[in-house]
Amino acid sequence: MNKLVYLIPLFPLIGFLINGLGRKSLSKSLIGVIGSGAILASFAVSLVLFFDVKANGAMAVNPLFTFIQTSTLKIDFAFQVDQLSCLFLLIITGIGFLIHVYSASYMHEEEPQHFGRYFAYLNLFVFSMLLLVLGANYVIMFIGWEGVGLCSYLLIGYWFKNNNYNAAAKKAFVMNRIGDLGFLLAVFWIINKLGTVNYHDVFAKAATLSNFDVTAITLLLFVGAMGKSAQIPLYTWLPDAMAGPTPVSALIHAATMVTAGIYMIARSNVLFSMSEFTMHLIAIIGLATALFSATIAIKQNDIKKVLAYSTVSQLGYMFLGLGCGAYTGAVFHVMTHAFFKALLFLGAGSVIHAMHHEQDIRNMGGLKKKLPITHITFLLGCIAISGIPPFSGFFSKDEILAAAFAHNKVYWILGVAGAAMTAFYMFRLYATTFLGNFRGTHDQEHHLHESPKAMTIPLIVLAILSVIGGMVGIPELMGGHHELHHFLSPVLVSEKAYEIEHSTEWMLMGISVTIAAIAILFAVNKFSKKPEMQDAEGFGKVLANKWYVDELYDTIIVKPLEAVANCFKNIIEKSGIDGAVNGVGKFVQYSSRQVRLLQSGQVGTYILFMVLAFVVIVLIWINDGHIYRFITKLF
Amino acid sequence: MYSLLLILIPVVAGLLSFFLKEEKTVKGFALLASIVTLVVSLCSLCSTTQLAFSAEWIPSLGSKFSLSLDGMSKMLCLLNCISLPIIFTSIYKNSYKNTSGFYGLMFLMQAGIMGVFLASDALLFYFFWELALIPAYFLCSIWGGEKRIQVTFKFFIYTFVGSLLMLLGLIYLYLQTPGSHSFAYNDFLQLHLPAKQQASVFALMFIAFAIKMPIFPFHTWQPDAYEQAPTPVTMVLSGVMVKMGIFAVIKWILPILPLAVNGHANFVIILSVIGMLYASLIAIKQDDIKRLVAYSSIAHIGLMCAAIFTNTNIGIQGVLVQMFNHGINVIGLWIVADVIEQQLGTRKFSELGGLAQKAPTLAILFVVMCFANIALPLTNAFIGEFLMFSGLFQYNVWFAAVAGISIILGAVYTLNMVQKIFYGDTVVATDKAVDISLNIKLALVILVVVIIALGIYPMPLMNLVK
Repeated sequence: MNKLVYLIPLFPLIGFLINGLGRKSLSKSLIGVIGSGAILASFAVSLVLFFDVKANGAMAVNPLFTFIQTSTLKIDFAFQVDQLSCLFLLIITGIGFLIHVYSASYMHEEEPQHFGRYFAYLNLFVFSMLLLVLGANYVIMFIGWEGVGLCSYLLIGYWFKNNNYNAAAKKAFVMNRIGDLGFLLAVFWIINKLGTVNYHDVFAKAATLSNFDVTAITLLLFVGAMGKSAQIPLYTWLPDAMAGPTPVSALIHAATMVTAGIYMIARSNVLFSMSEFTMHLIAIIGLATALFSATIAIKQNDIKKVLAYSTVSQLGYMFLGLGCGAYTGAVFHVMTHAFFKALLFLGAGSVIHAMHHEQDIRNMGGLKKKLPITHITFLLGCIAISGIPPFSGFFSKDEILAAAFAHNKVYWILGVAGAAMTAFYMFRLYATTFLGNFRGTHDQEHHLHESPKAMTIPLIVLAILSVIGGMVGIPELMGGHHELHHFLSPVLVSEKAYEIEHSTEWMLMGISVTIAAIAILFAVNKFSKKPEMQDAEGFGKVLANKWYVDELYDTIIVKPLEAVANCFKNIIEKSGIDGAVNGVGKFVQYSSRQVRLLQSGQVGTYILFMVLAFVVIVLIWINDGHIYRFITKLF
Repeated sequence: MYSLLLILIPVVAGLLSFFLKEEKTVKGFALLASIVTLVVSLCSLCSTTQLAFSAEWIPSLGSKFSLSLDGMSKMLCLLNCISLPIIFTSIYKNSYKNTSGFYGLMFLMQAGIMGVFLASDALLFYFFWELALIPAYFLCSIWGGEKRIQVTFKFFIYTFVGSLLMLLGLIYLYLQTPGSHSFAYNDFLQLHLPAKQQASVFALMFIAFAIKMPIFPFHTWQPDAYEQAPTPVTMVLSGVMVKMGIFAVIKWILPILPLAVNGHANFVIILSVIGMLYASLIAIKQDDIKRLVAYSSIAHIGLMCAAIFTNTNIGIQGVLVQMFNHGINVIGLWIVADVIEQQLGTRKFSELGGLAQKAPTLAILFVVMCFANIALPLTNAFIGEFLMFSGLFQYNVWFAAVAGISIILGAVYTLNMVQKIFYGDTVVATDKAVDISLNIKLALVILVVVIIALGIYPMPLMNLVK
């Protein structure tokens, strides 16, 4: 049974190889079948494992081989399957499969060899992501961690003729690398203190770590999570990453890769719970990111950009949950968010497809009639993300907010404010896109059409999941059992229990739902008839320009660094170091020219020099080598 | 016996090459001979006997012609032996004036380098050290670029001064050996000099090796030399020859002058770390493939040097692995630089772009090598860098953290390079470009397979150099 686990990453790897190597000879339909089929096979195996784990608990998996071994350190290429990794396996392969199917239709305009390249990258991504969640130690996680970064880079820059896209891809990779450095340092710290990187051993020995060590390790890990999961200050790559094909945004930049940071912290919950400081910081950064990016989302006009900032914001909520010790809540939100955000992105893709690559919502409107399936599913996604019961987003967000309330009431107030903004900008997006009258060109209107089945069926499946996905985590307050909580409890051992009176909890729920509902009504009312057509002014302009953070980074980091590099290259290297070296050379030439004058041709002078030299040599050697030693020391 | 063969075959092959006239014959012969050396080297890997060789050389000075093969030298000889067939394959279609001289000197250079890795006698070591330099000097000054004379002269003088200092150091050690002095490596190991003496010898020898590696601020000969040297020679210089410096530190300094190493560790590591960041930043600003790779190489070598001086088990293990892997990766990058220069007539990023549309195979292979250059996991370089940084971390957290910035900068300049050459729209220079020919594809595919294979399963390499 437990050998099956190797199959899960193996299928996408094979798919990657076949599609990558055969991209010039295989037909497009075959490429699509191979790409999607590989993920479907992984999904099937994941399901089998899931039910096994559900019945029998975590299973032991033998290491595949020894990856690195020195006299002091042994790192196995090993997998582990427990409740947490199982859940992520299902999300990755399940949603991954739907998005592969969707892609086969969405990308049909591509030439066969680029189509093959696309599916090869996509399969490689799934492979890396599976490695990330299956790894039994931090190094394997890191392999997957950088692997998904690579695929993200390749897919953002998929249309490589466009240099803006390439720049976005590079930015994503470099910003992720900043985080990765934190991750790496944390791993080194763990190796240095504990001599192992296996989760099992690390957590078992964690109690021996000093408070300082734990704080340092968790902070560094968190830096890694900030990069991958786009938290302040390392979030600016994610909105730019929208340059990639839309299904990629759905899979990588919404449903799976960006949640790797949450996975990592949940996986290391034993360590994180030992450091109060880190936990506080995570909660604050998460909350700040949630609010900050929500404000930006309000003023974006690119359909994908709104969703991108919304993703950053939702990830912020997950970190808020983690910081408050509600690991289950965070993982729960990862899951529901994967459903509805993948749905929303694919819906956006369907709209962009119908609009012939138009992404500006100001040029849309009234798509409700022409794209009925896209419209309905998108609406369901919007309701889910806004936290309206009984849709999935409600349960997971509520769990995080309740934990925040128990932790600190200010967190809760700000969290609800963020939720209100979420509802507002989502329905601004919805109303501007689907309601009102069509504002595009006549040509676009003429070609408006609902997407083919390969695209709408994934939408429908995701919509169903977005609606009912919260059922696995109905709180006991509502008479549920919160099955997810029980399922994950063997892994998330440091989950912080909190007590809130039932009446208070009902009240909190009521308040947040009411505020969200008001925000929805307000947005629909405001934007369905009169969408914002002009460029924003005043404070709105600041929001539309994303608080000028990119410009800020450019001024305080990129430009100074370039100046330093220029100075090194043109001044220090050329005139300084090389100048000194050449100077020495010139000095030798000069002095040799002077010394040459001694060669006067007079025998007497030569004899004089000979005698002098002889005396010097004798002096050097006669003193028991003292002078010789002195001279060597001089050099 | 193997050790002698490893030197003898290139020497003979080199001398024979001089006498061959036909260009095609020379090339065929060179490829064949280099493969024979590779086979011998592979056989030596499996063999545990017949590795050492010793003969009388200069008995009056107590110096013997003694060679030995341990794990590290086996690995480096292998690198030396792999590199030539791959280089010869990749340049099979290039033509060089006076072909026989070119190939002959390449073999002699290989022999010299091999001798450095094999010698277990200090005088012999010095002899080979110089022997490797002289063919390199001629290769650069005859077949190099426009500024070759000036640059090669600097390169030669610079490294030669270093060698002389090293010779001084070796003679000093020689004079300390008991009885009727000896140059044998094993006698040097028994020296246990007091700290002060170690320090002065260390200063002499380290400068020589620092110039060879090169370590900041002794590096300025290198970008010029790499740029001006004919690319096949650059491949050997940076792929194999710089390993001589690292190898020498590990073999001739660490065990013989342990006190001095401990005493100077901080200083050397700080220099190396400064060099890493310094070179990385300069690399960002380069507009020439060769110069960029040269600075990138300085940064990587800096990390290796720092890791050696941490004197941690894990760090040195990382260096050993990385010596091999860096050689493989950098040779790959030079091959691509050569292909681009030969085909398009320029190496400047500002004159390139969009090559991926015209040469997709080259683009894929190059991208893999670039990600190996920035040590992405599951490429060979990750193993070494992971261990080296880990060792550096053990030594000092802050050094590791500061040096770690080069990981980020590495991504910046490497991806810059990829983007500027391969992505975007085609420009004048790349409009008529075609994909790579079969021989280059073969060379690059071999390298890429090695990169990935050793990235996924590095244990054979690690066991070799344990």
